[in-house]
Amino acid sequence: MKPFAYVRAAGLDEAVAAHARHPGARYLGGGTNLVDLMKLGVESPTALVDISRLPLDGVEELPSGGLRIGAMTRNSDVAAHPAVRARHPVLSQALLAGASGQLRNMATTGGNLLQRTRCSYFQDVSKPCNKREPGTGCGARDGLHRDHAVLGQSERCIATHPSDMAVALAALDADIELYGGDGARTVPAAEFHRLPGDRPEQDTVLRAGEIVTAIVLPAPGRGAVSLYRKARDRASYAFALASVAAVLELDAGRVRRVTLAFGGLAHRPWRATAAETLLVGAEPTPDALRRAVEAELAPARPLRDNGYKVALAANLAVDVLGALAARADGRPRIP
Amino acid sequence: MADGSDPRPDPGAGAVPPGPGGAAAPPASRVTLKVNGTEHDLRLDHRVTLLDALRGHLLLTGAKKGCDHGQCGACTVLADGRRVNSCLLLAVTQDGADITTVEGLGSTAGDLHPLQRAFLERDAFQCGFCTPGQLCSAVGAIAEAAAGHPSHATGADALTDPGPVTLTAEEVRERMSGNLCRCGAYPRIVDAVRDVTA
Repeated sequence: MKPFAYVRAAGLDEAVAAHARHPGARYLGGGTNLVDLMKLGVESPTALVDISRLPLDGVEELPSGGLRIGAMTRNSDVAAHPAVRARHPVLSQALLAGASGQLRNMATTGGNLLQRTRCSYFQDVSKPCNKREPGTGCGARDGLHRDHAVLGQSERCIATHPSDMAVALAALDADIELYGGDGARTVPAAEFHRLPGDRPEQDTVLRAGEIVTAIVLPAPGRGAVSLYRKARDRASYAFALASVAAVLELDAGRVRRVTLAFGGLAHRPWRATAAETLLVGAEPTPDALRRAVEAELAPARPLRDNGYKVALAANLAVDVLGALAARADGRPRIP
Repeated sequence: MADGSDPRPDPGAGAVPPGPGGAAAPPASRVTLKVNGTEHDLRLDHRVTLLDALRGHLLLTGAKKGCDHGQCGACTVLADGRRVNSCLLLAVTQDGADITTVEGLGSTAGDLHPLQRAFLERDAFQCGFCTPGQLCSAVGAIAEAAAGHPSHATGADALTDPGPVTLTAEEVRERMSGNLCRCGAYPRIVDAVRDVTA
């Protein structure tokens, strides 16, 4: 690890100013990914601006029925918060499906959004990687890519985003609040992460020096039910091969509103807007669910060794939506 | 703040004092750690992890360096009562924290923690390398369940119940999945953890 300066910021403006003063600085939250990347030599910041003690923690209940989650709130505290569990179980479930108890106690909400891909070529400085070092090529495309993207990937990068939480946020229509040198702004969670295109080094729309300050969840819709399900190589403590977050509202047996997002398939949480459009107004029969999900996944372009993800994701989504439909109308439904 | 109002000057943020032979000394800061009830004032290179501070500076070698990447859990300690991977925490960020390592789990009179006794009674280890991390992690996990924190093993119906969680074998396996045991003592570790929560 290369030596670095350490600055503990007492306030947001101080943090932004310290970051600007040290070219090559990084903000530090829980450090579970950044410190690891520093050990691997993938990150070598000149300075760490520690924002973990900023008063951006806790879950605030908004008059609208929404929730504001401070960016420094630990993953375990968000997952355990009674209002999150009652109103948005999909978010608790996604958080609890990720990492380990220790890591969830350390990792912050903002840091979870900003964690980097676990692509083994990105994490190995002896290998080519356009995300780590633009222009060096992609080792994964013709290499080990069983875990990689099947949707929205580019010639330059086939990495996936590793967060479970971000998939739930995309399905919940959450907003991400940011603060930087130009002041505060808000970005929809589903638009916060980018597709790789020809700039895979850019994971998100975050501007230089900006800090994630909060996540805002809208009030749950009338009768909304939600669920997160994740397929992985072992039963616990592994990244998603594919995952699904969904929120469903029914009206007289028909879909009034549905949101669906996939994890593990793309460079960002994949919001399934095509499937959603097909389902609104329809009866959520197993056939209708399958047709909608397959339409969403039709543009998938798997590589040599990750074609299994398309069927896996389709089955997960049909299963999750079927379970939600059964719960939403109180009738058992066999997918 | 280290380069503003903080009373402890941060050489990294301003002038870096020259080290021996004129080379710049790596940036360091003063760090106070309360470890197992005793306060320690240290001056640490910013790159020093909490694990290395405990093992290399305070000679508390209970917490182990297994993978050094937060994947094996052998370095698990309690920071302000919560279980954490000490290999991924920079010591400088823990200034003022109250740390408990395996050495501090028992009473000052020398009695073992009930969980340590349960590990002995159940023979819940073979080589013992992962055991300090397993113990600290289990102490944290038991406290989390008592505080009503759900896990991936907690059913959808129970998710909305904020009360204490009963640690079934499935719950223990899920909550302890961040601690690997290469000897495969998992069944007895699960039994030992459940013994102290029954």
